[in-house]
Amino acid sequence: MRFRRYAPIAGLVLFVIALQLALSATGRTYYFTQITMSVYYSLVALGLCLLMGYAGQISLGHAGFFAIGGYTAAFLTTHNLAASGGAVRLLRPLGLLVDRQDLYGNAVVSLSPWLALAIALAITTAVALLVGLPVIRLRGHYLAMATLGFGLIIYRVVLGTPGLGEADGFSDVPPFRLFGWLEVNGRKPFAAQNYYIAWTWVAMVMLLGANLVRSRAGRALRAIHESEEAADALGINVARYKLTVFVLSAWLAALAGVFAAHYRGGIGPSEATAFKSIRYVAIVAAGGMTNLWGALTMGVLLNFLSLRGVFGSYDDAVFGAILIAIMLFAPDGLVRVPRLFRRIRKKLDGSLVA
Amino acid sequence: MPTDQIVQYCLSGVTVGSIYAIVAIGFNIIYNTTGVINFAQGEFVVLGAMTAVSLAARMPLAIAIGLAVLITALIGALVELIFIRRVKQPTVLRLIVITIGVSILLRETALHVWDEKVRALPFFTGTEVSSVTLLGAHVSPQVFWVLGVCAVIVAGLSLFYKFTLPGRAMRACAANRTAAQLCGIQVRWMVTVSFMLSAGVGALAGCVISPVTQTQYDMGAPLAIKGFTVAILGGLGNSIAAVAAGLLLGLLEAFSISLFPLAYQDVVAILVLLAVLCFRPSGLFGRRDAPAAGGF
Repeated sequence: MRFRRYAPIAGLVLFVIALQLALSATGRTYYFTQITMSVYYSLVALGLCLLMGYAGQISLGHAGFFAIGGYTAAFLTTHNLAASGGAVRLLRPLGLLVDRQDLYGNAVVSLSPWLALAIALAITTAVALLVGLPVIRLRGHYLAMATLGFGLIIYRVVLGTPGLGEADGFSDVPPFRLFGWLEVNGRKPFAAQNYYIAWTWVAMVMLLGANLVRSRAGRALRAIHESEEAADALGINVARYKLTVFVLSAWLAALAGVFAAHYRGGIGPSEATAFKSIRYVAIVAAGGMTNLWGALTMGVLLNFLSLRGVFGSYDDAVFGAILIAIMLFAPDGLVRVPRLFRRIRKKLDGSLVA
Repeated sequence: MPTDQIVQYCLSGVTVGSIYAIVAIGFNIIYNTTGVINFAQGEFVVLGAMTAVSLAARMPLAIAIGLAVLITALIGALVELIFIRRVKQPTVLRLIVITIGVSILLRETALHVWDEKVRALPFFTGTEVSSVTLLGAHVSPQVFWVLGVCAVIVAGLSLFYKFTLPGRAMRACAANRTAAQLCGIQVRWMVTVSFMLSAGVGALAGCVISPVTQTQYDMGAPLAIKGFTVAILGGLGNSIAAVAAGLLLGLLEAFSISLFPLAYQDVVAILVLLAVLCFRPSGLFGRRDAPAAGGF
């Protein structure tokens, strides 16, 4: 039982290591950069998959949460506090400030990325509750439109606020030192370790997913997905479960935003467009809605292809076409790993019995 | 605020507000027969205006607009026949996702056909500088075209739903699909007709507003979300209330400019949407316990 639950994750770890060796063999750092960014985008898709697949809710505003995370981290870690003596005196003894030099060699005192991360997650929680609380009780279109509207608000705000860089966004976000030599940094010597940092987040989500499905909460969520009325009748607090999953998936998006902003050293308003949000939905749909492994596979694959520029000027159209084609021809998605596993397992079991 | 300025704000609010109302009516037409929100509604507005701009270069304006409305209505019918009709097990989630896909495809097609330049139809009467003076405010004659067309659409649809056979059949579908089917109404075709009607109405809205606001390929999504706000504000399915709600939202937006920077204009409408969803999801004019689908 245990083995079956964790075998796919062990497989993922082996795959990640093999891929790293293969990428290192090519000697091209940009493959690492593109894969790492794809993995961060996939983290958003995984959160959305939890929401769509396990709670049956759709969000068309997840790019907004990514942007909240990224912009909060970018703003707080680039904002120079040198002029505000009070804040410096208060935060310095707590070890929450970082001294560094900017591009022109001027001394900059800014918040520690750890504190920025905590604030980003706090803001995300507040916003997710604000958006989710009223609409999570409603069905289908309402949440879809409300989250689309939320995403547009975030886009307009980051695009129209001078303090957030307007159309340029932020471009000199410092690296995020996790501990010791481990840091989220886009420079070449850090390529391989950042590849693993990104995958670690994904592995943790997959671990959570593997355990969630077989837990009380997981069963409750699946019941909600099948029939809200029936779940309600069984005494499951439908609204509360849905809200919890909504906040959780918002956290994953914000987390990806924070790390991606430090990794790339910047973030711009293009991360917050409605289209970015729809793209995450397309990835989850292509992966089969309720399938975390499918969402991961499609997330890494499609984002990598898109970042490599394979789709050219048809980038958006490709994702639109994917949405339509999946809904028409393969509503259960393209990736059917579990079914494949089940078939193999059945064969194995059969041979054991015989 | 001086009177002429108030009149100016009011008129600009009423103008965009009536466009939001028409988009909301488009949402309602499809919602009433299918129970689905068509996320591609805003794209119909853009397609209608863009087609009319292209045709107007080669023929008289009135004919160009008529043709554009027809072509967009056909595209609406094709969208239903090719995509919506073929969805197996059409759950709300799946239908939402597929209409989103359709909206992206239409938008990208518009981008590749007409590029990203901002285009506009010529003013129906006069030019961009001609104006009518009303209570000290200067208004473009196009404003009256917009209001007139909005009124004609609402009146025309009312008559269509009340007195014609297809209109009555569509109302029957809205009231009870199964019963309508038992009476011999071809429910599937009524859905196609509702997509045609909705696309045509959207295209007409796109044409009359194009001289004032101009048209760009990516205008669809903001228009759709404001149209949806209006549809919700009036109560989904209720198109007369949608007009009132549209004017209300338009006025709110126009006056918000005097309080917030222009860059945040869209935010006001969306905050209204979130507030309505939070406090009165059945709309300002709907009863709390009102059934989801209503007549016209």
